[in-house]
Formats: sequence, structure tokens, C-alpha cells
Amino acid sequence: MSEHIIVDPVTRIEGHLRIEAKIDDNNVITDAYSSSTMFRGIEEILKGRDPRDCGLLAMRICGVCTGTHYQRSIEAVEHAFDITIPKNARLVRNLVQGALYLHDHVVHFYHLHGLDWVDITKALEADPKKAAAEALKWAKTPYGASEGELLKVKERVAKFVKQGRLGPFAKGYWGNKSYKLTPEQNLIATAHYLQALDLQRDAAKMMAIFGGKMPHPQSFVVGGVTCVQDIQNPSRISLFKTLLKKFRAFIKDAYIPDILMAGTEYADEALDGTGAGLMNFMSYGDFRLDDTGFYESELLFPKGIVKNGDLSKVYDVDQEKITEDVTHAWYKGSDNLHPFDGKTEPEYTGLEKKSDGYAYLKTDEKYSWIKSPLYDDERMEVGPLARMVVGYAKGDERITKYVNGFLKKGNLPAKVLFSTVGRTAARAIETELMADVMLEWVDELAANVAGGDLSTWTEFDFDKVSTKAMGYGMAEAPRGGLGHWVKVEDGQVVNYQAVVPSTWNAAPRDYKGRMGAYEASLVGTKVADPKQPLEILRTVHSFDPCIACAVHIVDSKGKELGSFKVDTSCAV
Amino acid sequence: MDKTEALKKMFTAEGEQIDTNKGAAYYDALWNQCRERLDELKASPKVSNVSINNVLSDEGIERRDFMKWASATTAALMLPASFTPLVAEATELMNRVPVIWLELQDCAGNSEALLRADGPKIDEIILDIISLEFHETIMAAAGHQAEEQMEDAIHHFKGKYLCFVEGSIPQAMNGQYGTIGPKGETFEEHLKRIAKDSAAVVAVGTCATFGGIPAASPNPTGAVGVRDIVKRKPIINIPACPANPANMVGVILHYVLTGKVPELDSLARPKFAFGYRIHDNCERRAHFDAGEYVEEWGDEGAKNNFCLYKVGCKGPMTFNNCSIVRYNESVNWPIGVGRGCIGCSEPDFWDKYAYERPMSGAKIKAPTGGVEKTVDEFGLGMLTAAGIGIGIHAAASAVAGKKDHHEDEE
Repeated sequence: MSEHIIVDPVTRIEGHLRIEAKIDDNNVITDAYSSSTMFRGIEEILKGRDPRDCGLLAMRICGVCTGTHYQRSIEAVEHAFDITIPKNARLVRNLVQGALYLHDHVVHFYHLHGLDWVDITKALEADPKKAAAEALKWAKTPYGASEGELLKVKERVAKFVKQGRLGPFAKGYWGNKSYKLTPEQNLIATAHYLQALDLQRDAAKMMAIFGGKMPHPQSFVVGGVTCVQDIQNPSRISLFKTLLKKFRAFIKDAYIPDILMAGTEYADEALDGTGAGLMNFMSYGDFRLDDTGFYESELLFPKGIVKNGDLSKVYDVDQEKITEDVTHAWYKGSDNLHPFDGKTEPEYTGLEKKSDGYAYLKTDEKYSWIKSPLYDDERMEVGPLARMVVGYAKGDERITKYVNGFLKKGNLPAKVLFSTVGRTAARAIETELMADVMLEWVDELAANVAGGDLSTWTEFDFDKVSTKAMGYGMAEAPRGGLGHWVKVEDGQVVNYQAVVPSTWNAAPRDYKGRMGAYEASLVGTKVADPKQPLEILRTVHSFDPCIACAVHIVDSKGKELGSFKVDTSCAV
Repeated sequence: MDKTEALKKMFTAEGEQIDTNKGAAYYDALWNQCRERLDELKASPKVSNVSINNVLSDEGIERRDFMKWASATTAALMLPASFTPLVAEATELMNRVPVIWLELQDCAGNSEALLRADGPKIDEIILDIISLEFHETIMAAAGHQAEEQMEDAIHHFKGKYLCFVEGSIPQAMNGQYGTIGPKGETFEEHLKRIAKDSAAVVAVGTCATFGGIPAASPNPTGAVGVRDIVKRKPIINIPACPANPANMVGVILHYVLTGKVPELDSLARPKFAFGYRIHDNCERRAHFDAGEYVEEWGDEGAKNNFCLYKVGCKGPMTFNNCSIVRYNESVNWPIGVGRGCIGCSEPDFWDKYAYERPMSGAKIKAPTGGVEKTVDEFGLGMLTAAGIGIGIHAAASAVAGKKDHHEDEE
């Protein structure tokens, strides 16, 4: 007798996501369905606007990867207008974006994903002295994990638990058999959970120094950046560097050691490939390292595609081969369209209310607001794991060094990367790499400004370049490949499409019935207790879902869609 | 009306002064009211037995530092200094206010902002000890367990919790552009159910307050703000994109202190935060008065922190305390970073204000897709309604500057 479980809402993510899974008598997932249950229509809202204003609007696609959509949108317009931004602007954008990666990855691991690995309630059983010794196993100079510090954390948590109301920690899957860390290890991770909650504000502050505020920075404009005052002020750059160094210490002495610690305890399920999923990885590439212009520059994260986990061959990425399929998404249409021509009409067919009082996805039909993107008619996974895998397969010197360094420290084979644990580890490896390279960028910016270059903006004749133009901003967000495509005519946006990381990862099945990345990675996973689908959360969270982003748009004016009247221009 | 005339009229209109000193009798009465309220709270059964004094000492924070913070907060709430001990006491009682946080058509930006609740570090302690009963982005429970937690909190704190709402509510297609939970409840049903037993509803961010980005023209999903859905409940709007976490904490504190919603303006925004016009407290104001403007990004004016009005700053039209509180532990703000204000705490700002040109030079969509008026016309209507006063000298320089810019564009 198989069981059908619904997880809705999936919490500790951005956006609204539902997962349904069918499990067999042995509690193994045989089928999984991923559905986004919210639609706003931001691409439709962008149509008709001045392309210079799109960045601020597009940024509101997401408040977590805030700043990424902003930059992609602006770059799509710069690409359309053939504008190359000054060196200072490139460095400022790299620094703001880099700070976002640091912030996002650390918050993701500790505050969104961590509770899938760490049982906070078990931390109460820990001996702080033993825990301090444990911490020393994983780091030479552990961050905030001395006996005294751990004792304080334990007491603080004990007091919190004693009061009765657990607030955000209430009704977690505490005590579930799939939690494998020792009480001491749980205490270390809990200490870092609390410390990261404090420190993440520093990473946000770094973004705000050159971005004005975070979430939703405001200093990027088509042609460059506006923060000339902040880069010509040595104390601003110095503050940025100080905060970066402090945060970097946490990454090296807490985040990386915690991943090694957890990775070792959960090594079995990494080695057997639990949660590996599609095994097709794609990176658009990002972080320009020189000023040769769009899609010409050397990149920190190289672009490419690895298929079926075969590291011996890397395929090139050609944006023309990207299409979107709507067979199982709440839109009309049968052709797979390229984003430049992206067009769909909503066709909401709803959920099916059953006698048990719950509403289920109609999985044979349409069941999500997310379309299914395809690359050359294949499903792809994107994200930190894809970036590390592609860089590693390409023999990128820097990425290879960090990946090998991590594997060596943990005494692990490369194949552990192809798993839920590996996806989580790849994110940490990338964070360390980013923190190191950002130190180089800060110095590069300071040196450039000190050399007298204060240029932050490239002038262009808007009326001339905007009569007819099209372009795309294709690069990476913390969660994976992100592309914005824009068509401009007579100074106005005539079409706009965004294909975002979670569109790739969270998508439903396609026209051939092939699963999306979340779905594929869930099938075959054993769930210890179907009433507490911890393993489902663990794998879905390993992708760092960002669902508001994934839902986009289409046109339809006052169309009858089943029993519903859609009386606006709408889309997903 | 002639454009120049119109602009002159707008900038010289009589201002609606915020009454920052209401006289001793008023404050005495309020003080007594707060005192009673706090005594009442103290006598109520404890929800949590964590005392702030213990938390403070655990965190190595001195009582003195705490009192400093309390006095700064008292000022931010526009109360006389004599209220400082009451504010401190209210902070100690803050764990009595359970909060349920809903996410609807949102981007989680306000949740992220809440995590950024900035220094003094005390704000974070407050987060530790307010009773955050439900918040999808950070709560451990998911699915059915999350639903149970919600039911439990509503039941346990019936009539006592604050319902924070982030994100707008889609009305088109019977509200089915957003569903939540195992039963597939629409956002509207969800909001109404949770709001029903709350003490008050706090709409956070411009989407929840005024519809925000989903409601921007052409509003594909028929999105609206909380005030259009929830009736017969006190509603507090804390707009901005995202809302400043200082203002979120301020509202909670005010509620504890007085048991009431803070004094609100016509848009239901607390006056302690939205009684300030960005322009009036702007660090670049002197350059506006002197007629010194940034003409294009990265120019000499930009290098010298000149006024950003001509590159689209909407500080003169926008009410919020950004120019005082700033963002991310006061490290910067949009005008500091040389971009200017986009009016994000005002209704319909995506269609009215969010572009990098002054209103005369903007090619923007008219709100709600109506007949295209010239931007000056509809912009002025709004401005005069808001009642703004600027000195004659400033008006003259603005008019001159704006006119030049307009001619440049043609």
C-alpha cells in the first residue's frame, strides 16, 4: 500500500512551494512532484517601461537573491545597447554580488538548511568540554567553539526550551532517526547557527556600503554604478575589507569545518548518491575578471555543461538552445519557445479536493506555475554544485584547487559531490573561494581609485541605442544560472523574459514526462518516518529553493480559463 | 496650468506640520495610560519567563548601554525623554507579544530585512525574546506540522497576537494566483482566517500595504494590499521596499507600551516613522538649496555629493525616516550611495516615482493604465495633496534646474 504525502508549505525557503511524493511499503519515494503555488506576473509589468527602469523592478522578483536580478536585468539592457562599463563599476558589482554569495550561502546553510541536519534539541545533552574537543578535530582554530562559549550557548538554549513556547523551533522533526550528529556536534552547529545570525548582518552591511541598502540595493544603473562617493572614500573601502575579513574567518573556521563534520557523519548517503538527481549540470559562468566586455571576459566561474556526471567532457553553452516547455505548467501552448519569443497564456486547472479534506496536484495534467526549461532538449540542474562541477571538469585552476583541498581535508572521493550532501558541500567550497577572491578585488578597486581612475559610468545616447535592440544578461545567481532576455523598441521594453535558477531546478515534468531536478533527486530516497518527511526537506533545501523567482509570465486578455475569468493581462 | 507655475505652487504649498509637541497635559495623560498598561501586562500570566536582564547579562551588555538604546528609541517614537524608563520596561515585557508572520505575494525581502534588524545589538535580543510563533522563512516545522503550529498559536494567543503580513493578495481568478497549505487555501482565505483572531494586523513592506510590485500596471493578478481585504481590525501600514526593520521593532514596542496602535497618518503609516519627509532631513539638502545638482551619473556633481533631484530623486515626494535611520546599521542609504530615492514608501510608486529622471522627463506608465496624463499633472495632484512646503529659494532653483533638464531632453 503506497502512501501519498504532501509537504505544503515547504518552509525555510523563499516563496511558495509544494512537494507531493508517493512512497512504497519500504518508505522509499517512487514519485515526486514539485509545484509552485504563487504567481505575480512581473515580466508583464516590465513591458512598456523604460529599459533603464527595469533593473529596480526586476530585482523585486526576489528579496533573498536581491541584487542578482537587478544586475542581470541591467546587463541585459547594457548588452542590448552594447555598453561596456568602466573597471570601477565592474569591480563594485563583483564585490556587491560576491557579498551576496557570502551572505546567501551562509544564511542558507545555517538558517534555512541547517535544521535538516542538526537537531537543536539534542544539543542540550552535549558536554561542552567534549564539544570543544570535537570542534578541534575539524578546525585548527575553531570559531566561537571554546568550552566556555559552548557552555553559554547550551545554557541559552536550555533556558529558551524551558519557557515552553519554542517559537520558530516549534514542531520541527526533532528526534527523527535521520538526524545523525552527536549531541556535541549538534551543540557546535547550534552555536554557529546563533553566531551566523549575528554575523550575516555584516555581510549585508558589505553590500550596503556600495549598494545603499540590503535587501534591494540601489546603486546600479545602465552604464555603471552611482556610488562614486563611496569608492573614492578610503574609509568605506577599508570598512568593507574589515567586514570581509571578519566574515571570512567565520567561513574558514566555522562553515567549512561544520560541512566537513556533517559530511563525514552523513558520508554514507553521500557515497551512495542519495539525492543526486539529474546528473546534468549547467553553468552560464559569471564574475568578469577583465574589461573586455560581455561574454568575452575571463570568468571566475567558467561556463559549460557536464552531462550524466561525466567529468571528462564539457560542452559549451549556447543561449539559443534554451527553450521552455509548458506541458505540465499552468499555461496554454504546445511549442517549446526561446525566451526572446517567450509567450504563454495561463491555464490554471487547479488542485483536486479529495474526501480526506486535502487538495492534491493533478499530476497527470498541469500542476505548477513554473515552466520546464530545456537546454537542447535536455533537463539541467544549476547552482553551486553545477558551477563547481563544470569548473572542475574544465580544469579551472582556482576551482580545482578549492574542490581538491576540501576533498583532501575530508578524505573523500570526488563522487560524493553527486548527492544531496555534495550539493550542500559545493556551496561551502564556493563560499570559501569567493571570500578569498574578494580580498583581491577590494585591493584592486582601492589601487585603481588611488591611481586616479574615478570613472563609474559609461555615457550612451539613449534615444539612439533604444530604437530597436535586444540583449540578454546571462550569468549566475547564488542559486544557479540566471538569464534575463529583453527586447526594446522606441525606448520601451516590448518583451521581457527571465529564466531563473529555480525554474531549472523546481520545474515540473516536461513534454516527454522527464522529471525536473527536485523531482529526480527525490525519487529513490528512503524516508525514515513518512509523518516527518525530513529527507524530502533535506534534499529540496539542498538546492536552496527560491520560488518567487521561478514563476513568470504571459499574455491573455479577458480569456475564459475553465471556470475562471482572467480579466487582466497575465502570466506567470 | 503652466508647468512652471504649477511647480512653483507645489513647492511653495503650505506644509502639514507634524505636531511633535502636544503639551504637558497630553503627555501626562499618555504617561499614566502607559503606566497602567505596563502594570496590567506585568500582572498577566507569563508567556515566557526569560527576563531581559538575564539576556543582557548573558550577552555581556551593560544596563547602561541598554538604557542608552531605550532613550534613542524613545526619541524615535517621538516621545519626550520622560518616557525612557517606560520604553525600557516595555522592552522587558516584549516577550509578551506573540507574532505570526504571513508571506503572501512576496519576495521575502521584508523577512530578510527583519533578519538585518540593526544595531545596537539589542534588536537581535528582542528577536530572541519576542514570541515569533510562525514565520515560514525561518521556522523549523514544514507542511502539516507548520499548519499545526499555526493552529496552536492562534488558539493559545487568541485575540492577543500581532499578525504581520508580507506580500500582496491576488484578487483576479478568484484569488487562485496564490494558494497555501495542504488544503490549497487561497491567500485571501488564509489572511482572513489568521487576521480574524489577531489583536492587530501589521502590513509590512509596500506590497502588503499598497499592493506594491504585483499591483504595478497592468496589475496582472489583481493584487491589493491588506487594507482592501481585512476589515474591522486595527491595521498598521509599514511601507517601503523593504520596510526598515527599525520601524518594525518600533511598532511592536509601541504596542507593548500603550496597548494601542501608534498614531497613524492618512495612509495608516505610523507618524513616528513616516512623519518625516526624506527631503527635509537629507544630507544633500544644502546642495538642493544652492541649486547644485548631479546632471548625469558619475559626473563632477556626483563626486561632490550634489543633489540628486535631476537624476530622479523623489525625496521631496516621499515620507519615511530613511534620511535619519538609514539602513544596515546606518552604514548607507540610497541617497548616500548616489542613486536617489525612488519613493518606495508611497502608494503606486512603481508607476509614479521609480525612474531615474525627474517627473517631467519620465516616460512612465500611468497608474492603473488610465488615460495618459502628463506626468507633471498627475504628479502635482499627488504632491499638493500630500501638502509639502519648501522655501521659495529652493523652489526657484528647482524650477530652473528642472526646466534646463527638460530642455536637454528635447
